[in-house]
Amino acid sequence: MRNSIITVMKKEFMRFFTDRRMVVTTLLMPGIMIYFLYSFMGSGLGSKLGESEDFVASIAVQNLPESMQTIGEGETPMEFKDLSEQGMEQALEKLQQSEDSCDLVAVFPEDFDAQVAAFDVTAGTEAPAVKLYYNSTNKDSQLTYNMMREMLDTYESALANKFDVNPGEESYDMATKEDMSAQIFSMMVPMLLMIFLFSGCMAVAPESIAGEKERGTIATLLVTPIKRSHLAIGKIISLSVIAVLSGLSSFLGTMLSLPKLMGGEESVDASVYGVGDYILTLLVILSTVLVIITLVSIISAFAKNVKEATGWVTPVMIISMLLGVTSMVESLCMTDPVWYLIPLYNSVQSMNGIFSMEPNIINIVVTVVANVCYAGIGVLVLAKMFDNEKVMFSK
Amino acid sequence: MKELLSVQNLKKTFKISAKQQKIQNTKQRIKVAVDGLSFTAYEGEVFGLLGPNGAGKTTTLRMMSALVKPDEGDVLVDGSSVVKKPDEVRSKIGFLTSELKLEEFFTPNYLFDFFSELHGVAEETAAARKQKLFERFGITNFAEVKVGNLSTGMKQKVSLVISIVHNPDIIIFDEPTNGLDVLTAKVVTDFLLELKQQGKTVIVSTHIFSLIEKICDRVGVIIDGKMAVCDTLENITADKPLEEKFFDIYAERVGETYEK
Repeated sequence: MRNSIITVMKKEFMRFFTDRRMVVTTLLMPGIMIYFLYSFMGSGLGSKLGESEDFVASIAVQNLPESMQTIGEGETPMEFKDLSEQGMEQALEKLQQSEDSCDLVAVFPEDFDAQVAAFDVTAGTEAPAVKLYYNSTNKDSQLTYNMMREMLDTYESALANKFDVNPGEESYDMATKEDMSAQIFSMMVPMLLMIFLFSGCMAVAPESIAGEKERGTIATLLVTPIKRSHLAIGKIISLSVIAVLSGLSSFLGTMLSLPKLMGGEESVDASVYGVGDYILTLLVILSTVLVIITLVSIISAFAKNVKEATGWVTPVMIISMLLGVTSMVESLCMTDPVWYLIPLYNSVQSMNGIFSMEPNIINIVVTVVANVCYAGIGVLVLAKMFDNEKVMFSK
Repeated sequence: MKELLSVQNLKKTFKISAKQQKIQNTKQRIKVAVDGLSFTAYEGEVFGLLGPNGAGKTTTLRMMSALVKPDEGDVLVDGSSVVKKPDEVRSKIGFLTSELKLEEFFTPNYLFDFFSELHGVAEETAAARKQKLFERFGITNFAEVKVGNLSTGMKQKVSLVISIVHNPDIIIFDEPTNGLDVLTAKVVTDFLLELKQQGKTVIVSTHIFSLIEKICDRVGVIIDGKMAVCDTLENITADKPLEEKFFDIYAERVGETYEK
């Protein structure tokens, strides 16, 4: 019995691992692509939101009040130019053209300080208005606007300052680095893993089942004395191994690049998890892949060709992605073990628990056992399908 | 002579889809592909199944090789029933049909080993058999070339060899020379004769009269899923050549005549 299962597995591995194109596109590319994509996204976001060291904000200002003469001496230097030198129209045109010589145009009322001093909030009259013109598509202009806005808000608060909340440099956020990492990983990783695992299964199962039907090679196997259940088990195990490797490639790429995506290693660090956490994750991943591969294989066996199989599997993939989102919504995160009998949802929630650093062992055991049982039932269904001429030889 | 294969009142029907009903211009929803077919093949003989396209030859062979299940009746292959013990039947027969394709990614060498393993052939036995068959068919030269890069003739040789990796006593060939060039067709025909000399039981389905005349001991003529005639080639062709006799039988059964 074992021999024919191993023979089928060896053939599937031979088919996959000796095809350089498949190895590169299914195993190497996902991890590498995700790593570079997330790293670039992280550095792109950083450069979009951050500022270069030698940046000097150039502001054309009208009626700069005396109270604000020193605001340009902060961390980011600001260079004020009198708007009357170039004129409003020309300054706005420079902003539109994204010219370096003008990042912002600030227009204060003529006697701003006096108007502010005289303003009574309870009188119901109009407050003195400051107009800030900027170009949101220009990085420097957007940055200058943000800084100016922040400074004016601070100044406005300071005018009526009666008390302070969290004053000084002291850190009032009691969350540890581990907590912050756990929060981000538990929200992102289960959903991303579901997508990667499903993609890995999609890359191999339709080709192996529907592809063999399409090419007529499955019939050549079916005329041999191999038991249909052995054929199903051999295919599912070997495809699962390949899909797990593909999923792990993506997982590795994600774990290495997620800190960069989230703004640097200081706030998010994958090393906060221990060996035990990773073993639990691997168990959940393995059982999840078994379920997905079985599901995709059954759908592929019904399909006449790879194209049809891919078309039928896509809605299931969308459902699994939606289930992946449940890790981000606290009200959808259930703790009762009964919920962990629901395939795919159980995997997402178990991973969520592990990455939140609050793994519920009972729920994880329920998840793994339930998934293995579902895969077993799926193998029986697939074996029946292999034995059904209407399914296997439908044209 | 020992009875190795016994086809007993075999029946198979297929549902006709709405699309096929349109194509075939029929309102029938069920097609009777094989209708109460019975015959026997003995040890060491070549039995030919002759009939026009759609007569039910391929369906009969598929049921004999336990690839599809009969609606009624049974086939006993060296005592094993295709209905009750299909796995046993599959281990006793070799089946070659154009519908069974080989994975184009693999080499003949790998495929031979793979199918030998599936049939449970011992490694040493398989290696010796591979060498013998590869040399016999000239496969050694392209044994390490992927099947996808081989010509139709080469592929057919590989398919033939793969179908008999386990040295079965009963070999079923469905249109074995279809689409082959004359040289490869001759190689296949000669091999069928060799199998006969080795005492194997060979069932051949074809509509090529010359092939039947050359290799068959007994012939069954199938028309519309029914056995029209089943006798020795000698008796069937006693008064007329096989081709003429076939058209006479066809005209008698279907009511159509053909110009000779």
